Amino acid sequence: MSAPEAPAADEPKKVVRAGDRVFQSLATGSGIFIVALIAAVGIFLLLRAFPSLQANQVSFLFSRVWDTSDPNNLKFGITDLAWVTVASSLVALVIAMPVSCGIALFLTQYAPRSLARPFAYIVDLLAAVPSVVYGLWGVVALAPVLNPVATWLNTNLGWVPIFADGNVPANSGANIFTAGIVLAVMILPTITGVTREVFQRTPTAHIEGAQALGATRWEVVRTTVWPFGRNGFIGGSMLGLGRALGETVALTIILSGVNIGPNFSVFDAGATFASKIALGSAEFVNDMQVGAYISAGLVLFVLTFAVNAIARWIESASGKGKA
Amino acid sequence: MRTDTADVERPAATPAFQPLGFGRKLKNGAATALFGAAFLIAVIPLLWVLFTLLQKGLAPLLRPDWWSHSFNGLTANDYNGGIYHALMGTLLEGLVCAIISVPLGVLVGVYLIEYGQDSRFAKVATFTVDILSGLPSIVAGLFIYALWITTFGFNRSGFAVALSLVLLMVPVVVRVTETMLLIVPDELREASYALGVPKWKTIVKIVLPTALSGILTGVMLGLARVLGETAPLLILVGYAKAISFNLFDGGLASLPLVIYTERSTGTEAGDYRVWGAALTLVLVIMLINLAASLLSRLFAVKTK
Repeated sequence: MSAPEAPAADEPKKVVRAGDRVFQSLATGSGIFIVALIAAVGIFLLLRAFPSLQANQVSFLFSRVWDTSDPNNLKFGITDLAWVTVASSLVALVIAMPVSCGIALFLTQYAPRSLARPFAYIVDLLAAVPSVVYGLWGVVALAPVLNPVATWLNTNLGWVPIFADGNVPANSGANIFTAGIVLAVMILPTITGVTREVFQRTPTAHIEGAQALGATRWEVVRTTVWPFGRNGFIGGSMLGLGRALGETVALTIILSGVNIGPNFSVFDAGATFASKIALGSAEFVNDMQVGAYISAGLVLFVLTFAVNAIARWIESASGKGKA
Repeated sequence: MRTDTADVERPAATPAFQPLGFGRKLKNGAATALFGAAFLIAVIPLLWVLFTLLQKGLAPLLRPDWWSHSFNGLTANDYNGGIYHALMGTLLEGLVCAIISVPLGVLVGVYLIEYGQDSRFAKVATFTVDILSGLPSIVAGLFIYALWITTFGFNRSGFAVALSLVLLMVPVVVRVTETMLLIVPDELREASYALGVPKWKTIVKIVLPTALSGILTGVMLGLARVLGETAPLLILVGYAKAISFNLFDGGLASLPLVIYTERSTGTEAGDYRVWGAALTLVLVIMLINLAASLLSRLFAVKTK
């Protein structure tokens, strides 16, 4: 294209062409659009949640009731949702964190170089399975296998509050225990991916230095790789936590609707923020009712925003300070 | 006992590591076994999921009408019917999502690498993309509901779904564009400038084509990811059992929605359909992934 050269240029050397201007504003505009988009998500959710929050008859934060069947008498609180969401995500983290760290160490420090890439690809494949399939698998295949474990935990460690009787039988499979394990599988690739990258960045001089001092492979890991990558691992785990908090369909399928509130045990069923919204889609007719679910969505948005922001912050801070 | 001269040459210090004794060997072996086991732990669910899928979902896929018929008019106990309607719905939504996401994402990537560089706004934009990539899909769905359906007054539709998928796909495209543009050697850009080619033309004709294979691969991977999303579908579109190509009005089926909805039939035939749809969905995703790696090989620019 022969764009006419802009005569307005002050410096004779630097010619600004029309095409340049158009393209640059297109690119910059897209950048602005993206930033505006995330702001719009917050603003629109807030706008839509506000009328319903005002009409709410019970405390939004501290009530355990969720009854939005009557648009003129809305009662919705998020205490139970928050418990189920946080508990299932924490179960997932407790399982996924050590495993991911182990995989990341295995892939970066132990696996032969030619196999490290295909092995990493296998772990990434876990992320390619859609969450609805994980939900199905969790209920049909995993839960029956887990039931004896759940029953054992419940009978022998029942004195620990989180292993006490929940609102569903321990061997029903449809509880936070099963959901947490499914979530752990789903966030495994996220945590492993970040951690692997950080571990890989460990300065070779450190590793070789430790080896020169006579360290075994394990000692190399403990003295150089781990201290170097620890923060990145924590950041990656936070990213995984963010994913777990927002996961919807797998949990909707596994923790299917129980109307009694949870007993703060891992053998509870119930709803997370996300699964409550998914289950409530049938009620999406009246703006006030929708507003109640959007309020829950807003809390989830703020929660995941905070977790992801902290994760990115830790991640970017790690590896910079130490050389 | 050390002599005085040796003390001068080598200051007294305990060696960093004790001689390789049984304890250290044991610890090393245990650690190796543990890390290897961690990897195996990740492989087990993968194989298990695939095995369950094949075991329960293969039968419907082997019937030819599975690929050419819909679930229209099926009763709960019918074993006939096929996935064609959902397959088309999924591909349609994915296509619209890609048409919007790809230019948008690539342009943002171009801004971040070629124009924004280290400016303050570029940092804000990078942070935004990070946050967007962690956005729960249900929140993306709710946002489109609040904007498109409540505020603008449109109906629930396949297009609304595609819009919500855009929010999930754009960060993937931006990320991969950024990475790929960073790899493009600066010499290429400089050579182009030296020939008097304007910057935008350099980007469009030199930089982007060089990065094309990587970007395409990323686009396909992003697409594969969003096609499996279910959460926004639940609130943004009604489920239709019949074949429909209407993105703007009425229900539209898609593979994840079929899985979620048909589950409630609770019959054996319902299960048959659910698992058939699940295996079909995973197959579609695998095919797209495969196409992605083929594309990247085909279009790879020879460097060095």
